[in-house]
Amino acid sequence: MVDKNQLRIATRNTGFIDPESVESYIAVGGYQALGKCLAEMKPADVIDLMKNSGLRGRGGAGFPTGVKWGFAAKYASDTKYVVCNADEGDPGAFMDRAVLEGDPHNVLEAMAIGGYAIGGNKGTIYIRAEYPLAIARLKLAIQQAKDMGLLGDNIMGTDFSFDIELKYGAGAFVCGEETALIASMEGNRGEPYTKPPFPAEAGYWDKPTIVNNVETLANIPAIIMKGADWFSGIGTETSKGTKVFCICGKINNVGLIEVPMGTSLKTVIYDVGGGIPGGKEFKAVQTGGPSGGALTYKDLDAPIDYENLVARQSMMGSGGMIVMDEDDCMVSVAKFFLDFTMDETCGKCTPCRIGSKRLYELLDKITIGQGTEADLDKLRSLSDNIKDTALCGLGQTMPNPVLSTMRVFEDEYRAHVIDKKCPAGVCADLLEFTVVDEKCVGCTLCARVCPVNCISGKPKEVHVIDQAACIKCGACLDKCKFDAIIKQ
Amino acid sequence: MSMMNITIDGKTTQVPAGSTILDAAKKLNVHIPTLCFLQMDELKFNNMVASCRICVVEVENRRNLAPACATPVMDGMVVKTNTIRVLNARRTVLELFLSDHPKDCLVCAKSGNCELQDLAEYFGMREVGITGAMSTYRQDVSPSIIRDMDKCIMCRRCETMCNNVQTCGVLSGVNRGFDAVVAPAFEMNLYDTTCTNCGQCTQVCPVGALVENDHTWKVIDAIADPDKVTVVQAAPAVRAALGEACGMEAGQSFTGKMVAALRRLGFDHVFDTDFAADLTIMEEGSEFLDRLQKFLDGDKNVRMPIMTSCCPGWVKFFEHQFPDLLDVPSTAKSPQQMFGAIAKSYYAEILGIPREKMVVVSVMPCLAKKYECSRPEFAVNGNPDVDIVISTRELGRLIKRMNIDFAKLPDEDFDNPLGASTGAAPIFGNSGGVMEAALRTAYELATGETLPAVEFEAVRTLTGVKTAEIQVGPHTLNVGVASGLGNARKLLEMVQSGEKQFHVIEIMACPGGCIGGGGQPYHHGDMELLAKRNKVLYNEDAGKEFRKSHENPYIIELYEKFLGKPLSEKAHHLLHTHYFKRHQL
Repeated sequence: MVDKNQLRIATRNTGFIDPESVESYIAVGGYQALGKCLAEMKPADVIDLMKNSGLRGRGGAGFPTGVKWGFAAKYASDTKYVVCNADEGDPGAFMDRAVLEGDPHNVLEAMAIGGYAIGGNKGTIYIRAEYPLAIARLKLAIQQAKDMGLLGDNIMGTDFSFDIELKYGAGAFVCGEETALIASMEGNRGEPYTKPPFPAEAGYWDKPTIVNNVETLANIPAIIMKGADWFSGIGTETSKGTKVFCICGKINNVGLIEVPMGTSLKTVIYDVGGGIPGGKEFKAVQTGGPSGGALTYKDLDAPIDYENLVARQSMMGSGGMIVMDEDDCMVSVAKFFLDFTMDETCGKCTPCRIGSKRLYELLDKITIGQGTEADLDKLRSLSDNIKDTALCGLGQTMPNPVLSTMRVFEDEYRAHVIDKKCPAGVCADLLEFTVVDEKCVGCTLCARVCPVNCISGKPKEVHVIDQAACIKCGACLDKCKFDAIIKQ
Repeated sequence: MSMMNITIDGKTTQVPAGSTILDAAKKLNVHIPTLCFLQMDELKFNNMVASCRICVVEVENRRNLAPACATPVMDGMVVKTNTIRVLNARRTVLELFLSDHPKDCLVCAKSGNCELQDLAEYFGMREVGITGAMSTYRQDVSPSIIRDMDKCIMCRRCETMCNNVQTCGVLSGVNRGFDAVVAPAFEMNLYDTTCTNCGQCTQVCPVGALVENDHTWKVIDAIADPDKVTVVQAAPAVRAALGEACGMEAGQSFTGKMVAALRRLGFDHVFDTDFAADLTIMEEGSEFLDRLQKFLDGDKNVRMPIMTSCCPGWVKFFEHQFPDLLDVPSTAKSPQQMFGAIAKSYYAEILGIPREKMVVVSVMPCLAKKYECSRPEFAVNGNPDVDIVISTRELGRLIKRMNIDFAKLPDEDFDNPLGASTGAAPIFGNSGGVMEAALRTAYELATGETLPAVEFEAVRTLTGVKTAEIQVGPHTLNVGVASGLGNARKLLEMVQSGEKQFHVIEIMACPGGCIGGGGQPYHHGDMELLAKRNKVLYNEDAGKEFRKSHENPYIIELYEKFLGKPLSEKAHHLLHTHYFKRHQL
């Protein structure tokens, strides 16, 4: 399906070529970029081209790729490493997986280009073990490339050699943080360490190392072939090219999209995403996964780029985009993300290990109707302090979902703690299911489905729900044919 | 080296490149509180994981706060350590710690010695504003060490000590998130791991998460039991540090007061492990000469070097880590166990009591000794040669508990016959001391001549690995001395690979030897303190009438009346042991 709003660079081949055939990749111009680098360009030229293209890291932080490569090239070392970060772990996001499963050679080619540029000849793909198909296809692709002299010793007859191996992650979210990833690759516990030194100076086995995300790499062969001007001509002033998003939640067209930087949220949600199902009202969209923030209708016209999202207290992240409608409680959404980060923090630093638990507990307290106004202040100040003191990016961004929802949906938080109500009708402890006397015909259906038998009433008479016994499962509401049961 | 300019709280200084903000702050006399950080350069021990975040400071043009302990100084850096932002952040971090801490200081072994407690006081914490669920973990009690992970603050010092310094690799971070904790692999109990019980983890733990298994009440019960005869022995290193545990200045000899205190505690017989140290030299020295002669005669069944076996941490270390070298260490028991064996045989005979009636208590600078006395081979029909072991720290507690004013005690002498010792014995507490003591005796036994100078300076430093060539009669001996198990591993790997042929190796598991033992008053990384203790023992040696173990008249009497001669059958039975291959994980 052709969609004029989309532009596919990183995912240009996914779905179009046979991922298990190197010939299929070559047929669409594959490995020409590597050939061009080896034949026509010096390593410094490749780095300059990357810098000029304006490509920035797609893993979340948006660090300029060419600059990172430049750092690693600067340090003299007998060995340098190119690491592909394929430890995709955001809830509901699978951009990297799609690229690796659909176009593995693209990533291998980009890694070899990176190796050539920084003067390294070892590559490692750190991939989570939960991606068996991606692993199988990568293994096959590496073998095919080696057989054709596109990887291994003396690539394409030149004196450049580059080899790639796979390392499997056990699915720890924190291992997407580059220093934790390196610790894990070395066989240590996946824990981040303090930077500097940055990996470009002393990374894998203390050697200069560049760590690039899958999507970042997937752009590179196209940039080499079409040039820096082409790429920097797409996007906004500070954010060039396209971004792959995994759009999910309350949206009609769930799935992967790739749009130019600068596309508005409105275009993404309503044109590409097809709008909100069931005629419900759009409420918010969470970008940046558990590290990002909620954007509302006020932000719909904003062009998506790194700076704009940060200015709106969210972030680009790796591309997760979760759409929420009027039925979503923002306190519960924040709690959902904290539940995730609380489980995924490595536990190394205090603010993240204990702070995430305390944030979660405060949110939980609010959703069960025991929160106070003082708790809102505590949430805010604890969040601020965690951001200020945590060791790595995971901890520093972990309070974002709390802070952003508190800022944009403060009324909703206050409704929870002052009125003890959940406006979206999600927090079960704050809900009351009641029978509307005028509408109830006494059909007894509700009483019969109630799993705890807390609805009483004679046939053809108005029924009554015993609030003390009600477990708020909503079965009666779903069953009633006369709209005689309401929750509020 | 290039210098970096840095301004902290308005004061400017220059520090060499590679220095941290904390280094610069120290230079400027600006106090930055720390918790996980611990730097013991002499031990090559640096805990700079920057995990606690108490030391955060504000750095101009930096988005978030920076940990002072691990952030390198950049030229022109401007740092503030006392802004409201910094204070709030530190306070929050401390409150988070306290929200997940039992706060049972009243019954905590580390109360008064706890860095978290000190911080709470420093910040004037009078209530903890942050509350929530607490992490819970089962208590793990080994004969030597109690792990109470509910108190753990994840500073990882123990992990650095256990892995990087001691190379035992027992402790590491396990689990994620709130459940993250420092534990052995597969969360086994310490007893089932390769833990050597050296207790260095307890020396660096800032809180009460890792403490010794306290046996002071057992001692009180034994003393109070009218049916028991209590015999106490005190190891050399104890006398160099006991005063510190009783509020006195370090660097003095506390021998006389220690004896007086033990007597006032009510022990029936106050003896000295030093006596057993002299005995150890007689056995070990003879074994060495015997083995050396066979080796030089070309006997393929003997291997060189001979290694000392006084240190139970070291013994368990090689049983786990170097099972192919089990025939290399001396078979001589440690002085503690020799003492127990002699006390419950020779001395029980003198007293005319059965061994079961006697309770032998050891005061040791060591936690591994608690484990050692529980090894089944050191018991007769289930009755252990040594019944109870308490550390120097525990003796300090006992003295206070029994209302003994340690500082005002008179100097008293040990009882005889198991209380007499030569100068070769007290130096057992220093790294290199056992070697020196053995050389003094071996020299005279081998050559029949009087040793011209008894002090072997080459093995007297506090260095982790010491090697020297020493002339004993016609033989040039290559000797190696290591303190700290990481250093021991280095020497052993040299032996294993055949890189260097040693004749004698002395190993002590703790940095600096027993003076830095896991049961000593906390040294908090202060190497100057260890140097003071070291000096006390050498001074004690210098002040003795006899300086060589074979000159000890009571040792001579013991052999004449009871053992026969060194390495006799009876001596073998009572004073020698064997080693076991243990699992490597």
